[in-house]
Amino acid sequence: MARIASWICISALMAPVPAYAADPARDAAWAERLGWGPSAAPDTGPVPGSDAWLRRQLDDRLDPLPPAVQAQIDAMRISQERVAALVVETDAMQRDLKAITDPEQKKAAREAYQKAMNGLADEARRRFVLRALYSPDQLRERMTWFWFNHFNVQAGKRDIRAMVGDYEETIRAHALGRYRDLLEATLRHPAMLRYLDNDQNAKGKINENYAREIMELHSMGVGSGYSQADVQELARILTGVGVDQKPDAPRLKPELQPLYIRAGLFEFNPARHDFGTKHFLGHTIQGSGFGEVEQALDLIADSPATAHHVSLKLATFFMGDKPPSALVDRMAAKFRQSHGDIAEVLKTMIRSREFSGSLGSGFKDPVGYTLSAVRLAYGDRAITNPQPVVGWIRQMGEGLYDHETPDGYDLSSAAWSAPGQLATRFDIARQLGNGAARLFQPADAAPGTPPPPAQVPVLKDSPIIAARMPMLGKPTLAALGQARSPAEWNALYFSSPEFMHR
Amino acid sequence: MRIPHVHRRDLLLGAAALAPMVMAGRAFAAPQAGSRLLVVFLRGAYDAVNIVVPSGSDFYHQSRPTIALPKPDPANPNAPLPLDADWALHPALKDSILPLWQAKQIAFIPFAGTDDMSRSHFETQDTIELGQPVGGHRDYGSGFMARLAGILGTGDKPIAFTDQLPLCFRGGEDPIPNLALANVGKPIDQRQASLIQSMYAGHPDLARSVSEGFNVRDTVYKTLDQEMKAASRGAVSAKGFALSAQRIGTLMRDRFNLAFVDVGGWDTHVNQGGATGYLADRMGDLGRGLASFAQAIGPDAWRSTTVVVVSEFGRTFRENGDRGTDHGHGSIYWVMGGGVSGGRMAGEQVALSAATLNQNRDLPVLTDYRTLIGGLVQRQFGLSGDRLATLFPDTRPVDLQLV
Repeated sequence: MARIASWICISALMAPVPAYAADPARDAAWAERLGWGPSAAPDTGPVPGSDAWLRRQLDDRLDPLPPAVQAQIDAMRISQERVAALVVETDAMQRDLKAITDPEQKKAAREAYQKAMNGLADEARRRFVLRALYSPDQLRERMTWFWFNHFNVQAGKRDIRAMVGDYEETIRAHALGRYRDLLEATLRHPAMLRYLDNDQNAKGKINENYAREIMELHSMGVGSGYSQADVQELARILTGVGVDQKPDAPRLKPELQPLYIRAGLFEFNPARHDFGTKHFLGHTIQGSGFGEVEQALDLIADSPATAHHVSLKLATFFMGDKPPSALVDRMAAKFRQSHGDIAEVLKTMIRSREFSGSLGSGFKDPVGYTLSAVRLAYGDRAITNPQPVVGWIRQMGEGLYDHETPDGYDLSSAAWSAPGQLATRFDIARQLGNGAARLFQPADAAPGTPPPPAQVPVLKDSPIIAARMPMLGKPTLAALGQARSPAEWNALYFSSPEFMHR
Repeated sequence: MRIPHVHRRDLLLGAAALAPMVMAGRAFAAPQAGSRLLVVFLRGAYDAVNIVVPSGSDFYHQSRPTIALPKPDPANPNAPLPLDADWALHPALKDSILPLWQAKQIAFIPFAGTDDMSRSHFETQDTIELGQPVGGHRDYGSGFMARLAGILGTGDKPIAFTDQLPLCFRGGEDPIPNLALANVGKPIDQRQASLIQSMYAGHPDLARSVSEGFNVRDTVYKTLDQEMKAASRGAVSAKGFALSAQRIGTLMRDRFNLAFVDVGGWDTHVNQGGATGYLADRMGDLGRGLASFAQAIGPDAWRSTTVVVVSEFGRTFRENGDRGTDHGHGSIYWVMGGGVSGGRMAGEQVALSAATLNQNRDLPVLTDYRTLIGGLVQRQFGLSGDRLATLFPDTRPVDLQLV
């Protein structure tokens, strides 16, 4: 992709500059890379990419959202109820509906159940979009998407729609922390245990689905040296790790009671656990209960294969296809040296010459494309209806929480730049450019309500675009020059090769 | 649907007789009498032996105490339908696939798959789509269907009916178009399309993809316009895969001759069901889709069409602790078409027992997917040995006399 970088002419301007003189084009390029793109909202914080900015991005403190946005999130059911309550309540709806015999009533109850479940997943999607658009913690937001995709679950499976918002919150809290903690947080989350069937993995009823994907996808990577036997042993270690929504602990033999663990919906049930000795990754693990899982996760997280696999994925996500292997090696070394401190690994990447030299060369995936366009065009106004954003991302094939299989969405540019996908993107560019009036409808407007009159932004006059104009290629400038309206100008800008890259 | 067999020579002539009309990239003339190939990929590893059932094997019934299908029995609607003395077909395919078997237009190839032993969905899907030797350096920029498109040259019209370009079609000389058929929108106006194309003129990576994207959108919209109008007038409209498959049939009749589509949702670790249930429902959808494809493409084109159904691997021969199955090895592939010499189980077979299973776990692979597909396209498109060698390096095609 190096040829793209020079073709777009941004990279040359991006050598690391120690003193941060005002340079809106550079700031925009960093914001594209480390967050969801530069926003139309005036930014009063530190300059993107600067040390002060990075310190603030990597600290634990969450910066506040604009009040009008926070109010939308506060009003959501997923903000007001704990995940355990949501699951218990929706579960009861489903149970009740099974008992109904009248067909009409049953149909109505089924529709109410589906509406409740879809509503919970859609709330989580809208909350994700609102934060991506308006949160000052842009790096955390981008990393939250990355880790969700890395530890992917699909909302549509079983009752995960009721859990997916909390699952994302769990990931968000650990997104810049330690990998080992994040790995265990996903393992203890009911969404993951449901999605990869470990809630059904028990002694004598082995289900190796989750065990395999932990090693193949979440940590070491396929072909990195573990065997089918390791997968089977990890599955045995994971027996009894599951989900329980009943209020009371199961009745256990007295000697097993101290080994029982319950936290929210998460449960370790020793009666379902295989206490035999296991041989995993060259180590002997004696049967002890959940302590075996901790030992196995330590081995997995400490493996050099994990450091490399995670570093390669991070570098690909931020920099694009085929990141330089020397940089990936340095990130992996930092991963091991810091015991999986994600912030340290990111710093190694961000402060590298390779990183600053590659700005502008990565092809945006649909989620990055859509969010960066909405931030640029509408970031200074609080949207009231994020649903169209959710829909555009889905229409381009990268729907939030929609990916069916545990590998998550493909991070390579070839996955998103095929002819049919570009054609769809140009359609959406037109909708993004014309004022996208539906974004400003009241969130609870009845279906079919006409949206308010569109306020088409004049992107041509925005300071961010003004700073970028000198870097646009001649063909792009020529096409923009033929725009007949601000809406068409916006649509063409959002269709340009320069806007497709970051 | 009974359709007379065609002579192979007609198929071969077809591919050469195309007169391509090139519009900024790929040709969009109708393939006329040319050969057509559709590859259907069941992602997630479908549980082959509960669909094409080794019903003559006691070991099968012992290995699957809760999910095995019963023995064939005309009086039992849940029983599989006998194919031959050893094999029977899942009842969910009774109205869609069984008629093709009776018309000798479908063959099943048991013990088919790859030599990839990772048991990873994603690794093994990549293996199949790349079609490169396992264990060597992988070139992710060279999928086997893109290589096939290159070998067939200017006469071919490839397309992926997927929302992402699948690995098997990556790395084509010209970018290979893709289009998901679930929602085919109206193309944007010509003036804006031209302006957008002008911004990409000379772009090293994207110029041809952009113009190809507009072309294919246009082509598909025009071809399907009729059908969509009919549907909006209250004609019964299909849904899900059946809708896509029907549209694929129309498009392959008129416009494209080398195509790929994938269908997901086969990773049945838990409660997969038997004669009814989750897997049966998915399989019923697939069968109806394939039957509607054959309907839509029409009797003429069907005669020169081959559909190959593959999946990355089979599942454990024994059921697991959750009335499901885990990752296995050998699968059962399908080859269907109006010119297919079917109504038979093709390729090498072995009696099923604990001793003949691969690693005492799953079906062994006796027919490699490369030898199978290589052998098919060799006959169907009349490819010489050295051209085949670039399609599947280090592989000798096996001619199962399927077309």
